[in-house]
Amino acid sequence: MAEDFRTQVERLRPYLLRYTSLQLRNPAAAEDAVQEALLAALASERSFAGRSNLRTWLTGILKHKIVDAIRKAGREPVLEEAQVEAELEDFNALFKANAHWQERPAAWQDPDAALEQKQFFAVLEDCLRGLPERTARAFMMREHLGLATGEICQELGVTPTHCWVLLYRARMALRLCLEKNWFGK
Amino acid sequence: MMLDCREVTRLASQGEDRKLALGERVRLRLHFLYCLGCRRVARQLRFLRPAIRALDQKIGSDHVF
Repeated sequence: MAEDFRTQVERLRPYLLRYTSLQLRNPAAAEDAVQEALLAALASERSFAGRSNLRTWLTGILKHKIVDAIRKAGREPVLEEAQVEAELEDFNALFKANAHWQERPAAWQDPDAALEQKQFFAVLEDCLRGLPERTARAFMMREHLGLATGEICQELGVTPTHCWVLLYRARMALRLCLEKNWFGK
Repeated sequence: MMLDCREVTRLASQGEDRKLALGERVRLRLHFLYCLGCRRVARQLRFLRPAIRALDQKIGSDHVF
C-alpha cells in the first residue's frame, strides 16, 4: 500500500518539475523544490487519505516549496524610481508621442477557442519562458501561486510601484507574444 | 482628467491585481467608450488569467509522460 502511494507520487514528478521550472528558472532550485515537496508528500501520506486528486494536493505542497525557494534566493535589489520608470519604456514604441496607440490593436478571434487547442499552450509556455526572469517571477507568483501583490512585493523585497510595473510588463509582453505567435497568424 | 491609452493599459493591468477606485473605474469606462484599441487590449490582458489557469491544468493532463 505504501509502495503504491510512492509510485503514484513519483509518477507525477515530471509534471511537478515542469510546473516548477516555469517559476524557478534555476534548474537546480527547481529540482530541489520538487524533491522537497515529494518528500513532504510521502511523509504526510495520511493527510492525503480521502482526498480525490493527488496532483492538486501535491501542487498545493509544491507551491509552498516554491515560495520558500524564492525567499531563499534572496531579495531583489531595490530599484530607484527612475529605473522603474525606465522599465516601463519598453512599451513606449506601441504609443505615439501623445500616448495614443501608434497602430490600433487588432481584435483576437475567439480566444476561448484557443484554450481548446494544445498548440496554443505550447505557444503560451514559450512566451512565459521568454519573459525576463524577474518579470516572470512576479507574474508567476501572482497567476500561478495566486498571491496578492502585497505578498509578492514583500517576498521579492520590491516597492509596491515596482510590483505593479513588473506585472504590467509581464502582461504586455505576453499579449504581444501571443499576438505575434498565435492570434496574429 | 482624461486618461491616455498608455495610462489606460497600466490601469487595466492594475485592475487585475487590486480593486480599482470608483474614480479610476469611471475614467476607464469613459475612455473605453471612444477607444476601441484600449477596449481590445483590456480584454486581451484579462484573458491571460484563464489562459494561465488552463495551462496549469494542461501541463498536468496532456503532457504527463
